[in-house]
Amino acid sequence: MADLRTNIAGLQLCNPVMTASGTFGYGLEFQDFVNLEQIGGIIVKGTTLQPRQGNPYPRMAETAQGMLNCVGLQNKGVDYFCEHIYPQIKDIRTNMIVNVSGNSPEDYAECAARINELEHIPAIELNISCPNVKHGGMAFGTTTDGAASVVKAVREAYKKTLIVKLSPNVTSITDIALAVQDAGADAVSLINTLMGMAIDAEKRKRVLSIGTGGLSGPCVKPVALRMVYQVAHAVRIPVIGLGGISCATDAVEFLLAGASAVEIGTANFLDPAITVKVAEGINAYLDRHGFQSVKDIIGICE
Amino acid sequence: MKKYILDLKLTAVERLHERYVLLKATDCQKPLPEMQPGQFAQLQIEGSKQTFLRRPISIHYVDRKQNEVWFLVQTVGDGTRQLARMQAGDTLNVILPLGNGFTMPSDASARVLQVGGGVGVAPLLYMGAVMREKGIEPTFLLGARSAGDLLQLDKFRALGRVFVTTEDGSMGEKGFVTQHSLLQQEKFTQISVCGPKPMMVAVARYAKSADTPCEVSLENMMACGLGACLCCVEDTETGNVCVCKEGPVFDIKKLKWQI
Repeated sequence: MADLRTNIAGLQLCNPVMTASGTFGYGLEFQDFVNLEQIGGIIVKGTTLQPRQGNPYPRMAETAQGMLNCVGLQNKGVDYFCEHIYPQIKDIRTNMIVNVSGNSPEDYAECAARINELEHIPAIELNISCPNVKHGGMAFGTTTDGAASVVKAVREAYKKTLIVKLSPNVTSITDIALAVQDAGADAVSLINTLMGMAIDAEKRKRVLSIGTGGLSGPCVKPVALRMVYQVAHAVRIPVIGLGGISCATDAVEFLLAGASAVEIGTANFLDPAITVKVAEGINAYLDRHGFQSVKDIIGICE
Repeated sequence: MKKYILDLKLTAVERLHERYVLLKATDCQKPLPEMQPGQFAQLQIEGSKQTFLRRPISIHYVDRKQNEVWFLVQTVGDGTRQLARMQAGDTLNVILPLGNGFTMPSDASARVLQVGGGVGVAPLLYMGAVMREKGIEPTFLLGARSAGDLLQLDKFRALGRVFVTTEDGSMGEKGFVTQHSLLQQEKFTQISVCGPKPMMVAVARYAKSADTPCEVSLENMMACGLGACLCCVEDTETGNVCVCKEGPVFDIKKLKWQI
């Protein structure tokens, strides 16, 4: 049995497997299938200062080895989260991390400040990369100045571990990563979804209600892996890798590319018990190759 | 209700019609979990390059003696076609039971009308069987395009009264379910509906005018089936809710349909 423990800027994880925001609910939806405490970290649904209804139906289109979604950050707002969700999840003994989004740097900061008060939430993941909202979201994550402005505002309001989730819909993701590092991020996670489109040839119409959506699933993995590798080689802060991970080998590839941990997203929809299976598979890989610790393989791929 | 991921073994694959197949599946190790009429399962699809997600399929029937769960599948795209190609002995991975079922009448004097259209008749068979066990005779009003599209009629007839409409008049009364003379002749205490949306809207309109409680089963496109992805939402009195978790069965009063 290898040592699976890893560390994200002071955050201790029992293993490097986390869940991606928006794919695992608040964890509670998956309790019948997995012991949540065997997951390194659970990143819950995107939370905003005000409640959001999200985009109209249809919000999903299946693609070859993946799917598009345009949910648009539907959530009941940070007050509801603090009052009604937090009491249900605060005693789950793993890292419960809240994904935070907003329309302006002030929005993000206020939402983050509220969550800073919650004792059992050790970190937030700042979503500056949602492709499905008109204002905020990806608008901040696609320029170095925009990304830095949000991170600076949140850094002042938020005292615990600050992870920033990056968009792949940019010319140079390393420039954005360096900008958020300089603005005070403790870690980065990447990639959010790739912006895409589906058209129904029979109906001659775009499938999704807002026309475009974010692509996820195994089809995005090579893009994600390349970006994780590039960013890990450019920044000093830890990198969390995600994008199309659906088995232990995929996860190992991200660790080898330089990720200190990984997030599993869309694969949770196909197999709700995939997280624990991936953690077990990473252990088997380490044993098979004679590594004592998962830390021994992080970033060793040249 | 606790949900399970199970590897079931197919005991039979019956082609009912060129577009419909009946899958019967068993758990070889242990009794199947408790399931309620109107709930559904997420079926994993093997061998289809175009199919990425599971397919939500309603629970058609539960045979406790044989420890079988039945799924009635209409072949629509590549995923369901792949299900139709499966054979007895094959393994079918399922997640079940999901969602909330139809409200079951508690009173033996309840007069329940179950309206089904096309493959939407699927959950009504199990609902009728559970009612029968409670000593309540179900009334089925089943509609289809043509006689060949009426599925499992003998099974429905074994459980209760069956009334039929076809659009081409090849069986029963000609027209849509809402035009059937039964609706003029009898009053019901509850209507449970599953079928194409225009049909459900028409029945909901009838139920509203007749002041009869009515539930419909929605089939919005789903990804996870667990309430995590927020893709299958329906606009309701309380905002967007997941059909997979808050439904798929809804009281028509909660929906924002124009009825």
